[in-house]
Amino acid sequence: MAGAAEVPLAAEIAAGRRRRRAAFLRRLFGHGSFLIGFVIMALFVAIALAAPLIAPHSPIASDYRNLNAPPSALHWLGTDAFGRDVLSRIIYGMRVSLRIGIAVVLVTGLFGTVLGVLASYVRWLDGLVMRMLDGLMAFPGVLLAIALAAVLGPSEANAVLALSITFTPRTARVVRAGVLVVQGMPYVEAARAIGAGHGRIILRYILANALSPLIVQLTYVFAVSVVAEAILSFLGVGPPPPAPTLGNIIAEGRSSVQETWWLVTFPGMVIAVAVLGLNLMGDGLRDVLDPRQIARREGN
Amino acid sequence: MLRFLTRRLLSAIPVLFVVSLVAFGLMWLVPGDIAAEIGGTDATPEDLAAIRERLGLDKPVWERAVNWYGALLQGDLGYSYLLNRSVVDAVIERLPVTLSLAGLSLALATLTGMLLGILAAVRHNTLLDQGAMIVALIGLSVPEFWFGILMIIMFGVWLGWLPTGGFVPLSEDPVGWARSMVLPAFSLAVSQMGVIARMTRSAMLDVLGQDYIRTVRAKGLRARGVVFRHGLPNAMIPIVTVVGVITGVLLSGAVVIETVFSLPGVGRLIVGAIQRRDFPVVQGGLLVTAGIFVFVNLLVDVLYAAFDPRVRDGRGG
Repeated sequence: MAGAAEVPLAAEIAAGRRRRRAAFLRRLFGHGSFLIGFVIMALFVAIALAAPLIAPHSPIASDYRNLNAPPSALHWLGTDAFGRDVLSRIIYGMRVSLRIGIAVVLVTGLFGTVLGVLASYVRWLDGLVMRMLDGLMAFPGVLLAIALAAVLGPSEANAVLALSITFTPRTARVVRAGVLVVQGMPYVEAARAIGAGHGRIILRYILANALSPLIVQLTYVFAVSVVAEAILSFLGVGPPPPAPTLGNIIAEGRSSVQETWWLVTFPGMVIAVAVLGLNLMGDGLRDVLDPRQIARREGN
Repeated sequence: MLRFLTRRLLSAIPVLFVVSLVAFGLMWLVPGDIAAEIGGTDATPEDLAAIRERLGLDKPVWERAVNWYGALLQGDLGYSYLLNRSVVDAVIERLPVTLSLAGLSLALATLTGMLLGILAAVRHNTLLDQGAMIVALIGLSVPEFWFGILMIIMFGVWLGWLPTGGFVPLSEDPVGWARSMVLPAFSLAVSQMGVIARMTRSAMLDVLGQDYIRTVRAKGLRARGVVFRHGLPNAMIPIVTVVGVITGVLLSGAVVIETVFSLPGVGRLIVGAIQRRDFPVVQGGLLVTAGIFVFVNLLVDVLYAAFDPRVRDGRGG
């Protein structure tokens, strides 16, 4: 450590932090997978945000002269049984996916962090919290979300709730594992020794250094949420019609799939591309953030 | 080994307890009057009272809990109004379909995924490696229910090679059974194939970079021997872990795939029950599926111990 005379100035510390941040971003965006994933997701977000500007038709207005019409110059991706423009419905459906994805990531991130920290920091809670989470994780995949969404009733908020309850346990585990590693570090002990309170130790010294796995995990949570929303909608327990979601466009097309392949094909493609983008971002983040990977890269 | 087994078995108890709590609690979350939901709009007050009595809704919660757990411990999951039979019977009847679907997909995903992963690792940093990983990533990103519908359109409707849905029992017509299972099993396997391929590749790369691999190479062992005798066995632990996790994903994926392909499995039973608000079946189906998943994870842990002596001695691993 530096002696009293060599204590760096606040400005120097800030400059160092900025430098490190810039280096990190350079490395991140220099990572091929992350860059491709980022571009895909940026496009997705842009389209969703600009929906009213770029959607060629209203997502819920019917064109009665074109019911179940295949793709044409007027309706690029065809129309559904009510004569609604599929392209416009997909564009508006992307908004729902994005909203649900972001909400689930925020809620899951918050509760996952709180539970993960509680389990690792408050020792006597560990067993209790972890057994609870183990129990929730025993419901395979999105089955719990399907049941919860069904019981709570179909709505966007309930979909978010159901998915968050389903994804929080694994996220909490990731946080807990990260905190357990950091907790034993000498700098945490040092912080405690200079009299830092629990809140400060947790936020400033532990969480700040255990964030990487959480960020990677949340990218995957986002990806799974997009698919899960579609599954909920497909099974009829997602956000209710007539509001378009990528899942309920597919669900409506499924009954007439022999004639109306476009109803199923296009929204599914959008889901697949979005999930691909998120997975690519997650892979990139993991490569850049995981110290083991860095060691491997520098070692070999 | 016996101590390890007992410890592991005991640790499943709290998990199963929480599972049962959640299943029991689900009924609580139903907004409004469950009896009215089940009975529908044309139910008379007497009908509703009968339903309440049957489900025990007229009793206080603690009494309901005691009754429910008492029945559960005797293997009784309640009674379905709409199917007019016990939940256990309904689930058991449909279990073989779900298990064979999940089992087939697991076999398919593990085989192709491991093959892809080993190829990618052995030909590290070549076009083959990149190609395999792109295939895996795309597989991983494709929603299985959508992929299933595309398969139906392609092979069922356009080409007409395979049935578009429905189920033929194995005992009646093995060929028909295989034909009815190919598309669902494949659709379900695709994304998990991607997961296994990626995991196998990274596990193999880790192992192939070890000193002992260099030693056997230096001894002049053929490449195949290096990979399969010395490489793969040591890469099995992470692969087995993923296979355990995947079983859960397959069980829940089966719910959707069974709906897409009209297969009479537990998944479709649960979805149907959800749509008809048949809550005892939803509870029972959830419990059984979670129970199977817990059992599979137990099996995976035992497999670990078989692959890695450190695990069973409790030295971590």
